[in-house]
Amino acid sequence: MKKLFKSAYDYLDERLHLEDLVHFMGKKYVPVHSHSIWYYFGGVSLFFFIVQVVTGILLLFYYKAGPDLAFESIQYIMSKVQFGWLIRSVHGWAANLFILSAVIHMFSVYFEKAYRKPRELTWITGMLMLFLGMGFGFSGYLLPWNELAFFATKVGSDIAGAVPIVGEPIKILMRGGPDVTGATLSRLFGFHVALFPGIFTVVLGLHLLLIQRQGISEPMHFAHLPQKEKKTMPFFPNFLLRDLLLWLVMLNILAILAVFFPAELGHKADAFGSAPAGIKPEWYFLFMFQSLKYLPAHILFIEGEVLGILLFGAAFALWLIVPFWDRKTARGEQNKLITYIGIFVIMFIIVLTILGWVA
Amino acid sequence: MSDLDSNQNRRSFLKYLLSTSVVGFLASVLYPIVSYLNPPKQNEVEVSSVLAGKISDFEKDSGKIIRFGNKPVLVIRTEKDEFKAMSAVCTHLDCTVQYKKEMGLIWCACHNGKYDLNGKNVSGPPPRPLDMYQVNKQGDNIFVSKKA
Repeated sequence: MKKLFKSAYDYLDERLHLEDLVHFMGKKYVPVHSHSIWYYFGGVSLFFFIVQVVTGILLLFYYKAGPDLAFESIQYIMSKVQFGWLIRSVHGWAANLFILSAVIHMFSVYFEKAYRKPRELTWITGMLMLFLGMGFGFSGYLLPWNELAFFATKVGSDIAGAVPIVGEPIKILMRGGPDVTGATLSRLFGFHVALFPGIFTVVLGLHLLLIQRQGISEPMHFAHLPQKEKKTMPFFPNFLLRDLLLWLVMLNILAILAVFFPAELGHKADAFGSAPAGIKPEWYFLFMFQSLKYLPAHILFIEGEVLGILLFGAAFALWLIVPFWDRKTARGEQNKLITYIGIFVIMFIIVLTILGWVA
Repeated sequence: MSDLDSNQNRRSFLKYLLSTSVVGFLASVLYPIVSYLNPPKQNEVEVSSVLAGKISDFEKDSGKIIRFGNKPVLVIRTEKDEFKAMSAVCTHLDCTVQYKKEMGLIWCACHNGKYDLNGKNVSGPPPRPLDMYQVNKQGDNIFVSKKA
């Protein structure tokens, strides 16, 4: 066996010069400090993305898009196909865990100010993937064509439609017409399984390339430490093995959740039925949904809803470009304001999510 | 004209030609794609009146959603035995409303919007009243039509 590996390695090495790669890997280090734990969440997000790709492809073997087929095909997957319920539940849970771990990863990068020069583009590509992740969530939510999904899509696309000027064309583009119909299902299916994965893979490639090129960000206080006092750990194999162990833990958590709390299907969507009570979007949209609930119909001359959407849009845009306006951190100084803003945002999200949950 | 000048002229002419052809190329690729994504206008069947059902189909103090073309319309038979009809599409974010007996109001489950039985938005986020429809009784039948 060992001999076989050796000859395979030699074969590849002769053609691809693997020595260079091994040398490069050997030189990669991960800083060790009190916040090192946060370094793992990027890898965990990657793990859940891989799970999504695998289970998504498996679901495609049986799923049929279309208002007369979608709900029934999921019923078929859940009740007839061997382990169909498991694959669908894993897909649903991994989607949620992906968003959760990507959000943790994002906030840890934010609080460590790891977005500072020269890693602005890594931050931007990461944020793009988080937005795409939410797009995956939104588009995937409709695919079972059940009541909850139908109205969530109606509300979500109507919110997009409330944006001045560009809103209406975006809404039509999302819905494939003025209303949520089978055309919307076809479109969101296309977004979910082709367009978004394509873009995501490119952005993910860029994100990983940037990390390889620039190395892992050191905390700000490392800059003042003499070289000797900077504790590090080799990426290969020390960090990678820890990473893989965590992936295994995550796989177990995923399996427990999928087995004990399997995905539900609910009732088939009916365009002529009333919205059911207790309708809620996915938890990661809940804080926005709840905030919009509190806004009155009109604030001065503008519709409350439109104002809310514009404020959220502005907040997201500012968050996205934080490496460019946080000049203080870029100069290597401590910027407490950024930390306070981050704490406020987390508190806001947690409080409104809880309020939305119990409402 | 020197050789240099004529070279410069030729170069800027080629640059101009190239950049306009790049723009032209992009436009000829993007225009069909954008047009393709814009869904064709469906000819909606112009409906002016529909049969909602028989009087006996509607219980007192209850509401029912009927199809008006491809739009949902809420028909309510009130406690006082009056018939009312209004668009069932919430003016807030497009959800479908329902008659809530206990409140004697029209309620939207999505964001807790409330309307009175004349379609007027009375609480919650809806910015406008619901569009009202006309109800006519012909014998035992209930007809719903657009208000003139």
